[in-house]
Amino acid sequence: MVVDILISACLVISGVFGLVGSFGLIKLPDPMMRLHAPTKATTLGVGGALIASMLFFYFKVGDFSFHEFMIVLFLFLTAPITGHFIAKTHLHLVHKPADLPPTGTDRPWASYESDAERARIEAEAADAQNG
Amino acid sequence: MLRKILPHPFLTLTLIVVWQMLVNKLTFGNLVLGTILGLIIPIITSPYWPNRPRLSSLPRIVEFVLVVLWDICVANVQVAIIILFKTNANTKPAWITIPLELRTPEAITVLAGTITMTPGTVSSDLSADGRSLLVHCLDAPDPDAVRDDIKARYERRLKEIFE
Repeated sequence: MVVDILISACLVISGVFGLVGSFGLIKLPDPMMRLHAPTKATTLGVGGALIASMLFFYFKVGDFSFHEFMIVLFLFLTAPITGHFIAKTHLHLVHKPADLPPTGTDRPWASYESDAERARIEAEAADAQNG
Repeated sequence: MLRKILPHPFLTLTLIVVWQMLVNKLTFGNLVLGTILGLIIPIITSPYWPNRPRLSSLPRIVEFVLVVLWDICVANVQVAIIILFKTNANTKPAWITIPLELRTPEAITVLAGTITMTPGTVSSDLSADGRSLLVHCLDAPDPDAVRDDIKARYERRLKEIFE
């Protein structure tokens, strides 16, 4: 009985966060802000469903499964990378360096440094190291 | 000699454990296959790890993981509230620059991933020399506070773990 309630609670939490994440995709005005909504669906939304699945298989079927841990692990490894790629594409397409805050160092953000410029700086650094 | 066979002992251990979890059944055959994979993969991939990071104490890593998991739960609720109850005119998105004290690429990767996984912030770019991180906040009335929070909560702990 207690387990049933726990499983249902996890499923409801995951459903609510999935729904709010999807709603955020429609509601938020610009692509950078929309990027925040799906990062949420993967964390608590998917996490809740996986905890429910683990509880169900352990208490109801009597069979412990590690696959949920693996799904969480691989999601946590891959989600930030997709997010980073989408953000970088967006920076290239829409933003100009002037829109962004300064880096605080003497080189620009990596998306805006040309390959030629980078090659020149790295060659200089290598020269300095070799004396 | 031992370094040749086991260039990356933690990776070997992780691969064996992950393999057991993937097949989901602990038998002798699976353990042998997992060990073979755990021995071969680190040797093949060792050119990609020129300077392996040295990880310090396990308790600190566990502490970091727990702090991040807790923050993910709290931040999820905060972002849900922003989406549901704040009008778009009232949400103030902001770009912030985080000057990095971390120098190892692995530590910076973990920090950037953590920032993206805690909802409300997405790490978007790195400066060309790898000394500052560009982060986009969904709603930051006070960008400096967000920056200080990230530095105090995550970067300090990662510095203790990696350096």
